[in-house]
Amino acid sequence: MGFVEVTLQLLKGFNVTILLFAITLIGALPLGLLITFGSMSKVKIISKLVKGFVWIIRGTPLMLQVILVFYGPGLIFGIGGVGRFTAVVIAFIINYAAYFSEIYRGGIESIAQGQYEAGQVLGMTKTQIFFKVVLFQVFKRIIPPMGNEIITLVKDTSLARVIAVNELLNEAQDIVGQHAIIWPIFYIGAFYLLFTGLLTILFGQIEKKMNYYAG
Amino acid sequence: MSVLEVSNIHKTFDKEEVLKGISFTLEKGEVLAIIGSSGGGKTTLLRCLNHLIIPDKGRITVNDDVIFDSERTDKISEAELRKKRLHFGLVFQQFNLFPQYNVMKNLTLAAYLLEDERIKKEKGSKEDRKAAHAKVDAKAEEILKKVGLYEKKDAYPCELSGGQQQRVAIARALILNPDILCFDEPTSALDPELTGEVLKVISGLKSSDSTMIVVTHEMEFARRVADKIIFIADGIIEEEGTPEEVFEHPKSEKMKNFFSKSVEVISGGES
Ligand SMILES: Nc1ncnc2c1ncn2[C@@H]1O[C@H](COP(=O)(O)OP(=O)(O)OP(=O)(O)O)[C@@H](O)[C@H]1O
Ligand SMILES: [Mg+2]
Repeated sequence: MGFVEVTLQLLKGFNVTILLFAITLIGALPLGLLITFGSMSKVKIISKLVKGFVWIIRGTPLMLQVILVFYGPGLIFGIGGVGRFTAVVIAFIINYAAYFSEIYRGGIESIAQGQYEAGQVLGMTKTQIFFKVVLFQVFKRIIPPMGNEIITLVKDTSLARVIAVNELLNEAQDIVGQHAIIWPIFYIGAFYLLFTGLLTILFGQIEKKMNYYAG
Repeated sequence: MSVLEVSNIHKTFDKEEVLKGISFTLEKGEVLAIIGSSGGGKTTLLRCLNHLIIPDKGRITVNDDVIFDSERTDKISEAELRKKRLHFGLVFQQFNLFPQYNVMKNLTLAAYLLEDERIKKEKGSKEDRKAAHAKVDAKAEEILKKVGLYEKKDAYPCELSGGQQQRVAIARALILNPDILCFDEPTSALDPELTGEVLKVISGLKSSDSTMIVVTHEMEFARRVADKIIFIADGIIEEEGTPEEVFEHPKSEKMKNFFSKSVEVISGGES
């Protein structure tokens, strides 16, 4: 198998990988915020339930969750499940939302009480304080951990092959197995490096932009 | 008529009674200095006035408008609460400036929001809004000149010294025209060489229509600037009067003790 053919086949896998990465982010970034509000809720029962949920999601392997979402509906309830790719997307969004929610929570809790009080004595509403004062500071503080988590997501996309989704690693493994050549593995290694490298640069840029103020 | 009437304020935290019935009045244009040893309840009192915490008991009126009354059981809305808060301004020990905004925006942020709210209620136009914002900007600049920081209007808080940050915080409180401006140990977080500039700004604010309450450990400042001194110990007012009465002729033992200790601290610091 020549270089061009390998590249074409890998590109198919790369498309799936990118799609999974993008959809997971689009779903998990806002869902994570919702989970954060739940875990910080003043209603004890809600915060307990949400924290328990986050504990379960973070305490079990993502691969297990992918398998559960794919096979669970059919085997437990006897109903038709969702497609492979959809199953992976659902598991990824929920899993990453749980991780993001903890990062958001850490960010929100790191903002000094004095910032809220300053807003209050200036006659601002709770909503105004959150959106005009707190949110931006949280954003600055969570950029480094979010960068880490998002880079991990790039590599975690390869877990989708556990239910035979044809993402990048799966395609490469097929080629390696069928044609007894090893270099496509290095080839996709370079793909991942390029992808995570670009993200590293992007996050570095954002961090630099936000460094116009300290604190 | 007194600007501020505080009567019988009680506050308990986890079974510890921190304020045990505080009452005093303040006239328009007066400066009240609150002194007392650590943990006496001074901050708690200021926070009660500013509605950051709710007293368990007591009554607070500003210009005969009831701000708080534990006898009244009707629930107040957030909007009302905010309106009540705006009678008071509060300058914090730790400044609490908004780090992501420059000096000008720190001053104008809340004022813009309040103007926007007013204009929306009055169904004003975009032009009204623009005009209102321009007015706020002009006022902010005027106040910045007053506290000597006009040149720093585009700087971020992290680019300022502690003393400058605190002067911005004072300006930020002033722009909303509070009836009573409160300071909670405004110089305690500052290096000694920076306290002077802040105290000077505060004394400079003294005028017939600005009423102020200053919690402070700066005895010289209290004596010089205050019209009235309150000494709080363990949640009650132990001593109250003009600076002369309190400093020269203290009646209570606690005040005498406190005073001799702070003199020791002052002279000890100089030796
Ligand atoms: N939110 C709170 N929860 C529980 N206890 C509190 C709280 N705020 C204050 N206290 C307690 O109330 C007492 C009075 O505190 P406060 O801060 O009012 O004293 P202070 O006179 O301002 O002291 P300092 O001169 O050190 O600032 C202290 O014992 C403090 O531990
Ligand atoms: Mg205090």
